[in-house]
Amino acid sequence: MTEPVVQVEHLRKEFNGTVAVADLSFTVQRGEIVGLLGANGAGKTTAIQTLLGLIKPTGGKVAVFGMDIERHRVAILQRANFCSAYTGLPTNLKVWENLLIFSLIYGVKDHRRKIAELLALLEISHLRKAITGHLSSGESTRVNICKSLLNDPELLLLDEPTASLDPDMADKVRKLLRRIQRERNITMVYTSHNMRDVQEVCDRVLFMHKGRIIAQGTPQQVMDQFNQTSLEDVFISVARGGDVLTPKSEAS
Amino acid sequence: MNFRRVGALVLRYTFLYTRSVPRVAEMFFWPVMDLLVWGFISVYLLRMGNNVPGMITFLLGAMIFWDILYRAQQAVTISFLEDIWARNVLNIFVAPIRISEFIVATYLVGFAKIIITVTVLASLAYWLYAWNLFQMGLALVPLFANLLLMGWAVGMMTTGLILRWGQSAEALAWGIPFLIQPFAAVFYPLDVLPPWLQPIARLIPATHVFEGMRAVLRGEGLALHYLTAAFGLNILYLIGGGLFFRWMYAIARNKGLLAKLGTQ
Repeated sequence: MTEPVVQVEHLRKEFNGTVAVADLSFTVQRGEIVGLLGANGAGKTTAIQTLLGLIKPTGGKVAVFGMDIERHRVAILQRANFCSAYTGLPTNLKVWENLLIFSLIYGVKDHRRKIAELLALLEISHLRKAITGHLSSGESTRVNICKSLLNDPELLLLDEPTASLDPDMADKVRKLLRRIQRERNITMVYTSHNMRDVQEVCDRVLFMHKGRIIAQGTPQQVMDQFNQTSLEDVFISVARGGDVLTPKSEAS
Repeated sequence: MNFRRVGALVLRYTFLYTRSVPRVAEMFFWPVMDLLVWGFISVYLLRMGNNVPGMITFLLGAMIFWDILYRAQQAVTISFLEDIWARNVLNIFVAPIRISEFIVATYLVGFAKIIITVTVLASLAYWLYAWNLFQMGLALVPLFANLLLMGWAVGMMTTGLILRWGQSAEALAWGIPFLIQPFAAVFYPLDVLPPWLQPIARLIPATHVFEGMRAVLRGEGLALHYLTAAFGLNILYLIGGGLFFRWMYAIARNKGLLAKLGTQ
């Protein structure tokens, strides 16, 4: 069996005594799309930021591509990428200029061809010379996705990539991500508050609550564990059930 | 150190500055205003029969030298703030960029900006007041270099503070250099300061640069002790600035502030 792309063992993170992640262990296999789900404060953002080396864990171990993130941050980030609805690119630069800079940072060979290919893939070739600050939310998201694919990442971390998009654009982005994953066999870790995103895109879901995983499996398996018909209902019941809520499988 | 990544960051700042009229104007506006105000005050004092020798020479020299220090510090800090303002800082932190590469890129951009600004100021000073910056000859090079080094060290410290306290510490980017200015003997000799303050002022590298500059402008040449004191202190400041920045970065990572900085 091949080594997991992501390996998290007993991850713990406290902020001034407040536990954000209590004891988190999971693995992500190559080519999988794993969704981190949970209400605000569940610990999913802390988990994804730890995978990116943005947060130093209080305890536990995080390995990506078999390397410790604390000791091999640059080597790991060379093979990974990140896309978030909450980040932007310098607004007064043209789209191709922003993509050129990140191509150079990642050392992309034949970057002109690569940028043209990705702009075509995301159907925004016509925006190549547009000023980034003049783009709509949907266009900005697609440019961000372009940036995140420049280095042909083996691992792509997506933080609510469809937030701020209208339903039509969100649907297009979901389908696009799924297609890209199929074509390139990229491993993805995905966080979202949009349950439809998760249900449609993710192969496996890790449901977090108060810094721990309380349920995991395919979206259908998680729904079954909580005896619900949609992930949204699972989400609501977990959020309202608090500590007392236990998945059906554990209760029995 | 990967120079391809440093080059990419330098290219980014080049695009950023050449694409924005306000950013280009900012490079010249305040320095030119300072030059005009200080220059005309000097001319006025000379006409009023002020007998301070070389008044215009000292003031214009000090003003241009101060600008080198200030711009060097600003280059490091403002480059970082540019990424925060554009919500791009997270893209930088999650890219395979070492902190040292980011810092070196800001140094290089700052150096280029200072060369451009000083060229404009020197030309204007020559045209308006018949004052030649290059009258200092080769002494200009080590004095300039020491101001640059101190600016970079202070820039790292202010950037560290912004890393730790976020945009609420933004005002420090402009404020910190002016905290140093009264004690660094910029516009007056060191012996003007109260005796108890002079040892403290001697701990600032720029104090020795400005004292050295005045000695050169008086025609006394550049005594080596000014340079060794400034350079020695600058090495300590750079090491201290680097360690302080790393410390603030470690605190920011520990407290989860890096991502907040990038998305606030």
